[in-house]
Amino acid sequence: MTQTNRLSAGGRIDRSHGLEFTFNGQRYQGFAGDTLASALLANGVDIINRSFKYSRARGIVAAGAEEPNAVVQLGAREETQVPNVRATQQGLYDGLVARSTNGWPNVQRDVMSWVGKLGGNFMPPGFYYKTFMSPASMWMTYEKYIRMGAGLGRAPTVADPDIYDHMHHHCDVMVIGAGAAGLAAALSAARSGARVILCDEQEEMGGSLLDSRDTLDGVSAVRWIEQTLNELASMETVTLLPRTTANGYHDHNFVTLHERRTEHLADTASDAGFPDMPRARLHRVRATRVVLATGTHERPLVYANNDLPGNMVAGAVSTYIRRYGVIPGNSLVLTTSNDHAYRAALDWQEAGRKVVAIVDARANPDGDLVRQACDSGIRVITGSAVIEAKGTQRVSGARVSAVDLDHFVITGRIEDLECDTIASSGGYSPVVHLSSHTGTRPQWDENLLGFVPGEVKGMLMAGGVAGHYGLDNTLSDGARAGRQAAIDSGFDEAGELNLPTVKARRDGPACAIYQVPHEKKGLRVPKQFVDMQNDVTASAIELATREGFESIEHVKRYTALGFGTDQGKLGNINGMAIAARCLGRSIPEVGTTVFRPNYTPITFGAIVGRHCDELFDPKRYTALHQWHVEYGAEFEDVGQWKRPWYFPRNANGKKESMHDAVARECLAVRQGVGILDASTLGKIDIQGPDAREFLGRVYTNKWAKLAPGRVRYGLMCKDDGMLMDDGTTSCLGDNHFLMTTTTGGAASVLEWLEVWHQTEWPELQVYFNSVTDHWATMTVTGPEARKLMSEVTDIDLDREQFKFMDWKEGNVAGVPARVFRISFTGELAYEINVQANYAMQVWKTLFEHGEKYDLTPYGTETMHVLRAEKGLIIVGQDTDGSVTPEDLGMHWAIGYDKPFHWIGKRALSRPDTMRGDRKQLVGLKPKDANVVLEEGAQIVLDPNQAIPMSMVGHVTSSYYSPVLESGFALAVLKEGRERMGQTVYLPMSDGKTHEAEVVSTVFIDPKGERQNV
Amino acid sequence: MFYILCPYCKEHREEEEFHPRGQAHLMRPEDPDNTTDEEWGDYLFFRDNPRGIHHEMWVHSVGCRKFFNITRNTVTYEILETYPMGEQPTITADDPSVRHEQGAQVADGGWQTVGARPENTALNEETSS
Repeated sequence: MTQTNRLSAGGRIDRSHGLEFTFNGQRYQGFAGDTLASALLANGVDIINRSFKYSRARGIVAAGAEEPNAVVQLGAREETQVPNVRATQQGLYDGLVARSTNGWPNVQRDVMSWVGKLGGNFMPPGFYYKTFMSPASMWMTYEKYIRMGAGLGRAPTVADPDIYDHMHHHCDVMVIGAGAAGLAAALSAARSGARVILCDEQEEMGGSLLDSRDTLDGVSAVRWIEQTLNELASMETVTLLPRTTANGYHDHNFVTLHERRTEHLADTASDAGFPDMPRARLHRVRATRVVLATGTHERPLVYANNDLPGNMVAGAVSTYIRRYGVIPGNSLVLTTSNDHAYRAALDWQEAGRKVVAIVDARANPDGDLVRQACDSGIRVITGSAVIEAKGTQRVSGARVSAVDLDHFVITGRIEDLECDTIASSGGYSPVVHLSSHTGTRPQWDENLLGFVPGEVKGMLMAGGVAGHYGLDNTLSDGARAGRQAAIDSGFDEAGELNLPTVKARRDGPACAIYQVPHEKKGLRVPKQFVDMQNDVTASAIELATREGFESIEHVKRYTALGFGTDQGKLGNINGMAIAARCLGRSIPEVGTTVFRPNYTPITFGAIVGRHCDELFDPKRYTALHQWHVEYGAEFEDVGQWKRPWYFPRNANGKKESMHDAVARECLAVRQGVGILDASTLGKIDIQGPDAREFLGRVYTNKWAKLAPGRVRYGLMCKDDGMLMDDGTTSCLGDNHFLMTTTTGGAASVLEWLEVWHQTEWPELQVYFNSVTDHWATMTVTGPEARKLMSEVTDIDLDREQFKFMDWKEGNVAGVPARVFRISFTGELAYEINVQANYAMQVWKTLFEHGEKYDLTPYGTETMHVLRAEKGLIIVGQDTDGSVTPEDLGMHWAIGYDKPFHWIGKRALSRPDTMRGDRKQLVGLKPKDANVVLEEGAQIVLDPNQAIPMSMVGHVTSSYYSPVLESGFALAVLKEGRERMGQTVYLPMSDGKTHEAEVVSTVFIDPKGERQNV
Repeated sequence: MFYILCPYCKEHREEEEFHPRGQAHLMRPEDPDNTTDEEWGDYLFFRDNPRGIHHEMWVHSVGCRKFFNITRNTVTYEILETYPMGEQPTITADDPSVRHEQGAQVADGGWQTVGARPENTALNEETSS
C-alpha cells in the first residue's frame, strides 16, 4: 500500500527517513516525525476501531490527547503490550506494531455492528443492565460475551522487560504546555533567574504554533519556537521536558509529570539501544507557582452520523496537513460556528484538493479568514449547518440545511453535498482539567462560550486556557503570567519580554451551537454522538433528563458521558449543553462534572517506578536470619519481619510436614529444651524521673512498687477501655525501664506513649526510645533450660536467687547480656538479650552446648501452640478492639484503686463494658479429639435453630496439641465463664456441625508449676 | 499531597513524613470519675466534621516525632497555619476574613450545605447572595 494521502511537500516530517509499521497485521510505511495517527491517515486507513457499545466503525477525529476513537493496543510481543494508547500521541518508530482494541472478528467486519444497527434504537442508556439483569447469577456469563464484543485493550500476561523510575523536583515556576503562551511564560520567568520546568505532552514543543498560518516578526512560527527553545535550553535553571504529560495537579502545587522516554523509539528501551534507560519516568514536582498554559480543545458539532470515519474536528485537519503533510481525504465540507476553523478549508485548498463548501451557522460571518475564503473562491453557505453525514464505512456526503438555533429546528430545503470529509468546529473549550484536579470548579464564560478554570492558590493561567485567543493575545498573556509567577516566587522583575510582532487578525464573533437540529425528532434522528468513546448520543442525554436525572453528575453516571479513558475531552461540554437545553436551564446552571487525575492514562510501570519486586516493601531480618535460612526454616511475614515459622527436618530425603515439625518442636519444649528467636518483639527504652508514674498511667496494673531487677506483665488499653497491646516491662533502675510490645505493635505503641506525653502530660519528665533493633532476643525454654544455661553463663541460676519474673545482668557465651525469667510457653524459660551484633555467636554457642540436650529451634507456629495451651493471649488474634481486660478474665491485672485515673479506667464502668452478657475468653475442647476447629468459626447454642442462627461467639485461636493429643481452641463466648462444662456447637460451611465443651483457657499445668521448676 | 511546615523543624516537608491524628484541642476530662457516661462517650467518640476551618493534630512521624496542630480549610485543603502543642490557633472559623472560603459552589448553581453545622446556615446564605 502506498501513502495515498501524503502530500508531496510540507510538514515537519523527515521524508528521507522512512519507517515501517504494522497495524492489524498489515504493513504500512510512514516517516520519522509522524505519529501513528498521521501515518495511518497517510495510508488511507479509515477504520481504526469499533465503538464500545454499538460497534460502529470509527476513525481518527482529532490530532492530540482529546482523541476518543483511535485508541490502540501497542506492542510487538506479549511482554511489551500496552493498552489504551492514543494513536494521535504515539510517535511512529520503525517496527511499531499496533492493533485495534476491539472489533470481533475484526474491525472491518464486526458481528456486533449488526446488533448496533438492528438494535440501536433499542439500546438506550442502561440497556445491558436493564436487559440482562435477571437472573442476577447469569450476569457474569452474559458479561463474558458482551465483553468479547467490546473492550478497550488488554494488559500483558507476562512481566514487563522495561524499567521505570521516579524523580523529585522543587522549582519556582512550573509551566505546563509549551505552545505560544507556555513558551513566552517560561522564557519570561527564566530570564528573571527563577528555576523553571517546562513540560509538554506532544512529540515536539510548540503546540498550535507548529501548524499555525501566522508569522512572527515576518518569519514562520517554527523559527520562533526554535529560537526560544534554544535560549531556554542554554539556561542552567531551566528543565525542558518534552513528551511529558502533566497528569495530575494535587494539593499545594504538587504536580505529577509522566515523561515517555523511549516509547517513541522502539518496543522496549533495549530495542532502542538504551538498555539502562527507563521507558517512562514519573516526575513529582513541588512548585512555588504553576503556570497553566494548556490551551484549548476544539469542540466538534453534534450532527447525525457525526462518528463516521471522515468526520474530524477542523483544527485536526489543519494539523495533519501542515504538520505531517497528510491530507485526510479528497473533498471537504467544513461546518463551523466560528472564524478560526476557516483555516482548515484554506489549508485544504492550498494543499490542492477540493473544498466543496464551508457551512457557517452564523447569518453574517465577517472576519479576515471569512473574506480570505470567499476571495479564494470557496462557497460559503451561511445560517446553516451540516445536519447529517452520509455514508456507511466512510463519509460520502453531507446533508446541509438552514437552521434556526433559537427554536432548534431546521428551516428551508435540505441540500446534499458530495464529499469524503466533514470538518466541524463548534468553538473551543479551555483545557481546564488540571485545575479541576485541585477541587476547584470551572467557571462559564458567556463571551467565550466555554468554561475557564476556577481559582487555584498558587496557579496562574496563560493563553487559551484563560480564554485569550489569537496569537498576539496569547503571547503577551504568556509573558505576563511568566513574569508574575517569577515575582511571586521572589525573583525581581526581569523586564518586559521583547515579544515578536504578530499580524493581528480580525475575527468575527462566534455563535453558540452544540447539537445540530435534524428534520426528524427524538429517537428517529440517526445517531448524533456526543461522547464517541462511550457511545453516548444526544438522544441518550435527552432520555436521561426525561427519566428524571437532573444533576449533570447523575446524567453522567446514567449515560456514561465522559467516563471513557478520554474523560470526554471532546464531548463533555456538548453533553452539558444538550442537558441544559433539555432541562430548560443555562449551561452554568447545569455546571460541569469533575475531572480527576490522570489527564491521560498512564502506565502502571510509571506509577510503580522502582517500587517493585524486592523494593516493593522493606523487609526486616533479625540478626540470626542467616542461621535460620541455613537450617531450612520456613518463614512467616509478621509485619515487615521475616520470622521462622517452623523448622522442618529432612529424613530419608523427605521433608517433614508442618504438622509433624510443629508437634516435634512442641514436645521438645515440653520435655527437653527449645530455643526461639524472639528478636522482633518491640522494645522501648523508657527513662526519666517520672518514668514509673508514666507507666502507671498507660498500663492498667500497678507499677509503683516494681523493684529494680523485677519484671511485670502489663496490659495497655485505649481510653475506651479496650485492650490495645500487652507485654512485659522490666525495671532496670529506679528511673529506667525496658518495655516490650507485640511485634506488630512496636511503632504504634511508641507513638501512643509519645502522644500522651506530648499532648496530655508534658509536665512528666520521661523519654522514649525504640531499641528493638539494638537487642537480639533468644528464648531458651523447657525443663532442661537451666542445665543448658548454666554451661554458658556466669549468672547464678539458683531458683531462689533468680526467680520467675526476675531479670539479671551477666555474661552469656562471653558477651554482656540481660537475662529475663519470663515465660510465654509455661515452661522454665530464660529470655537472653544481647547486643544484636553478638547474637549469632551466642546462638551458636548455645547450640554447641545444647547438642546433648537435643536443643531444638522452634518457630512462631510452635510458639502459638505452646502459649495457647497455657491460655496466654495474642493481642489482635484473641482480641479485636472490642475486648476489655475483664472480658479476658484478667481482673488481677487491673489496678482500680491506683491514684491516677489511668487510660481506659473510666470506660470500664460504662454500661456497655459492664454488661453481663459480654463475650468472654474461654477454652474450647472439641468432643472429637481429631477435630481442629476453624479459627473464626461461629459458635451457636442450639444446632437445630433455623437460619439465621443466633451466634454467641467465635473461635479466636485453634491448634492441635501433641501433649493433649487433641485439638483445642480459645474462643470468645457470650457469658462464657458461666458456661464452663456446657456443650456448644460450631456449624461449618460444609454442613458439618462440630461439638465442643467450654473449658478453662489453661489446658496444661493449671497451677503454673512448670515455669518454676 | 500536602506540603507541611513542621513548627519544630521549621521546614516545609512532604506529607509522607507526617501522620494525621484527628481533631486537635481535644481535652481529656480532668476528673473522669465525676464525668457522666454521656460526657465520657462524647470525649471518646464524637468529633467535629466542619466544612471550612478545622484544627487537626499531626505528628512528624518520620522526622522529629513531635506532635503539633494544623489549621486547615477542609474545602480548599489550604493549610493556614501550623503551631506547636500548647498554643492556640490564630485563625478560627469565627474569623470573618476566612468565612467566605467556607462555602462551595455546586453544579446546580447553589451552595452545598451538606455537612455544614447549623450555625453555618447564615454563612451559606450570605455567601451565595
